Amino acid sequence: MSLLRIENLTHHFGGLRAVKDYNLVLEPGQIRGLIGPNGAGKTTVFNLITGVYRPTEGRILFEGRDITGMRPHRIAALGISRTFQNMQLWRHMTVLEHVKVAQYSQITYGLVGAFFGTARRRWEEAEIERKAYSLLEMVGVARWADQVVTNLPYGVQRRVEMARALATEPKVLLLDEPTAGMNPEELKEMIDIIRQVHDRLGMSIFLIEHRMRVVMELCEVVQTLNFGEVIAEGTPDEVRADPAVIEAYLGREVEVVA
Amino acid sequence: MAENQAQRLLAGLRSALAEVPLLGWLLGMVAAVIVEYLVGAPLARALGLGRVPLLFGVDLLFKSPLLVPSALAYMVLVYALPVGSVALVTRPLANRAAEKLMVLSPVVSVVVHVAVFYVGLHSWALLNDYRVLVVKLTLLAVMLTLSLNLVNGYMGEFSCSHPGFMALGAYTSSVLTVVAFVGSERFGPPLLPSALGPFLFPLALIAGGLVASLGALTVAIPSFRTRGDYLAIISLAFMLVVKSLIENLEVVGGARGFMGQPDWAGLTTVFVWAVACVAMINSFVRSTMGKALNAVRDGEGAAEAMTVDTRRTKMVTFLFAAFWAGVAGGLYAHVMRYVNPGGFGLQKLAELLAMVYLGGLNSVVGSAAGGVGFMLFSEALRPLEIYKWIIIPVLLILVMIFRPTGLIAFREFDMVSLVRPKGAPTRRRGVPHVAAQD
Repeated sequence: MSLLRIENLTHHFGGLRAVKDYNLVLEPGQIRGLIGPNGAGKTTVFNLITGVYRPTEGRILFEGRDITGMRPHRIAALGISRTFQNMQLWRHMTVLEHVKVAQYSQITYGLVGAFFGTARRRWEEAEIERKAYSLLEMVGVARWADQVVTNLPYGVQRRVEMARALATEPKVLLLDEPTAGMNPEELKEMIDIIRQVHDRLGMSIFLIEHRMRVVMELCEVVQTLNFGEVIAEGTPDEVRADPAVIEAYLGREVEVVA
Repeated sequence: MAENQAQRLLAGLRSALAEVPLLGWLLGMVAAVIVEYLVGAPLARALGLGRVPLLFGVDLLFKSPLLVPSALAYMVLVYALPVGSVALVTRPLANRAAEKLMVLSPVVSVVVHVAVFYVGLHSWALLNDYRVLVVKLTLLAVMLTLSLNLVNGYMGEFSCSHPGFMALGAYTSSVLTVVAFVGSERFGPPLLPSALGPFLFPLALIAGGLVASLGALTVAIPSFRTRGDYLAIISLAFMLVVKSLIENLEVVGGARGFMGQPDWAGLTTVFVWAVACVAMINSFVRSTMGKALNAVRDGEGAAEAMTVDTRRTKMVTFLFAAFWAGVAGGLYAHVMRYVNPGGFGLQKLAELLAMVYLGGLNSVVGSAAGGVGFMLFSEALRPLEIYKWIIIPVLLILVMIFRPTGLIAFREFDMVSLVRPKGAPTRRRGVPHVAAQD
């Protein structure tokens, strides 16, 4: 059974068709890529999977279970986590607090624990904190644990966001342009982190990227989206050579000449 | 040379004061109160004050400004000197005691500290009825500020319905206690023997809190589906609806108000409730569940994507805040032993918002400071009558311009680390540090 299966997903924003007949099969442990020009509907696909939008048509199956139309926090708790193109960190909170809050669905002490500070809460909070530190160490930002995120360099913020996404204990990790705005040095580090996370935690990763280099290094299979439709699917090399993809990115040769 | 020596002396004093544990300061406070009992009245007369300054002299600030220097001298002689010297002298003793308590159990230590603080506060207030009233109202102000801060600071929404919740709590608990234990022309003879009253009073307060929570539910359901100004508008409407509802409810006296509440809200009762309120809210906002509230404020979409049930979080918090506003309202009714709907209107709202925004958003310490500071300030401005309501908003505007998040934003209590002994680390050996993480 595939981990994540999407069947004939279609989504309209009013009269605008953002995604049409989108299909996906994601196997456990796989790394897949989603590329396409700006406005092709890549982020919309992520928002549909994570429940931000309810699809106009089609269904989404996670571990064989239909999650179409479920609320985002429940989908996240089932094991689909994500990062955002613009990060969306919580600007008044510390690095540690980010990674702790993302373990919200694993809290069992309830309101009684929250209000009265029971022994169970103390134990669970200690466990949450321990796990938070181990994730921060894994992505290499533990020494900023008590800093408010807004004061940190961009590359560190990106890693904090990665740690936060991992804290929900995902089986599928959706990365929306994880290397956006990074210099070559940071880019290389981020690729290492993604690979390390994949190897150590063994999750499936589905990532949106603009940079071919990242896709080439990480992905086994790549889909290309244009105007909401998949125009090519295959290994990175196949997709890169595909005339439809070249056309989507660069336009037709005739036009260039003319 | 002399300057150098003075500097060294000052530095020595400072490092010595840094070694005073909280327990030492509290002992100093108790000592100051004793000094006031012994020499306060004659000293005040000798300084030309006539009587003991009731609220650290702030009440004289505008009433008779010429007396302020004398009041200041009184403050130094009766409060600052005894507190400072006792804190310094008992330093080793207090540290050892704090250490013993800590080894015994951090919880016991916290309870002992609160108790010593209460002894000081209570004896200080007992000197005068006015002080007792101001202390009670200040404690209630802290409860209200903190519960409103939960919504307006921690959750980042803008709620205006707190006076409405107060009114619901005040009237619910008043009706319960009057019907059950006092009786009146309208309600007939009391239903229960009044000896039971003080024991069942907490239940009446809790009932008031629950009714306030119920009111909060009617605000929350329509307004939490979206973000932005909706809550502000709906909650403002709610407050006005509650007010005019009570004004037209003849059975509780309508606009004339409702009186005859039994005198059960003594200083001890109010203090215990205030401590419970601060402790519970502080515990909540320090937990990961409470931090989720900040995540909702700083980015609801991201919070939802990170497994936080944002709807539940917002709902629970709003109802919890309303509960404490209701309890505080019930206590207020029994402190004043009279309530009227006019007291739960826009002016009360303005006061509460001023306390929250002056004290500091997203902050338990700031709420306490805002409540206490505002009450003192408002007592100082009392002689100016209506001009008070020009000065307070101007002050609020200045704070918003120069410190947009308030004076002490983003700070919670960690009681256990507060009560820890201080000074050289060698002296702290044997103190369990397990509790430090909490």
